[in-house]
Amino acid sequence: MARMKFLCDAERCIECNGCVTACKQEHDIPWGVNRRRVVTINDGVPGERSISVACMHCSDAPCMAVCPVDCFYRTDDGVVLHDKDLCIGCGYCFYACPFGAPQFPQAGAFGVRGKMDKCTFCAGGPEKNNSEAEYKKYGRNRLAEGKLPACAEMCATKALLGGEGDVLADIYRERVTNRGRGGEVWGWATAYGRPEAPKQPGAAPAPAPAPAGGSKS
Amino acid sequence: MMKRALLTFAGASLALAVGMGLAGCGERPQVIDYKQGKYQGKPDEAAYASAPWNGNKKDWELALANRNQNQNEYKRTR
Repeated sequence: MARMKFLCDAERCIECNGCVTACKQEHDIPWGVNRRRVVTINDGVPGERSISVACMHCSDAPCMAVCPVDCFYRTDDGVVLHDKDLCIGCGYCFYACPFGAPQFPQAGAFGVRGKMDKCTFCAGGPEKNNSEAEYKKYGRNRLAEGKLPACAEMCATKALLGGEGDVLADIYRERVTNRGRGGEVWGWATAYGRPEAPKQPGAAPAPAPAPAGGSKS
Repeated sequence: MMKRALLTFAGASLALAVGMGLAGCGERPQVIDYKQGKYQGKPDEAAYASAPWNGNKKDWELALANRNQNQNEYKRTR
């Protein structure tokens, strides 16, 4: 069973925003909603690092835990999706998400929020695969077409990897071995780590999970 | 005789009207019954359920695995 994950290599990201553009174009995302964005740390300072951020489809997703209407679900492939017909746009998920992934379109006057919108790992939502309803609500379902997320496939430097977690880990390991540095994976521990895992007696203390907004490498 | 039929008809009409009126006042639950921690939305079909995979999970996984390797330029350049 595939476990879909994103991995961003901060050593390679050049802040071109190609992933952001690919996502916007692929899903016809409205103005003001950014399912993916590029964050640069220490911008303009030598050694600056950029990372592409979107929903990481966490193993133990905080958005799922706090949703008052339980509109989130996780597919068999590990993709965290939600039902927009059920979402009430309360914004709890936005506060819970360590990656700032949930987005809320301005649905009307007085700053009224619309239903939450977020990265779907290009897997659509709870509508018939590749139907018009699915496209309108959630965007294109590339996974059902046998393709990977547009942002990752479009990435020119292959900084952003998306797909089966084990395969990504192998690709990244080979990359780090070849270049000999930059082995830290931003957001990986936060999204997929298990900080609550019991410690083995006599074992070295486990490293603290990466801070959500902190710089790695 | 005629008067009795009229009264019966009027009574039946009244009963029908009252019944319909009461049905209109009935209160149905307008929201779903929330159960904490369980997905309450519509079921989603698997990515491989539709064409061109038509439920063939193996082929779908193979296609994704091949596509995944396109992200490995070390493999592409060798």
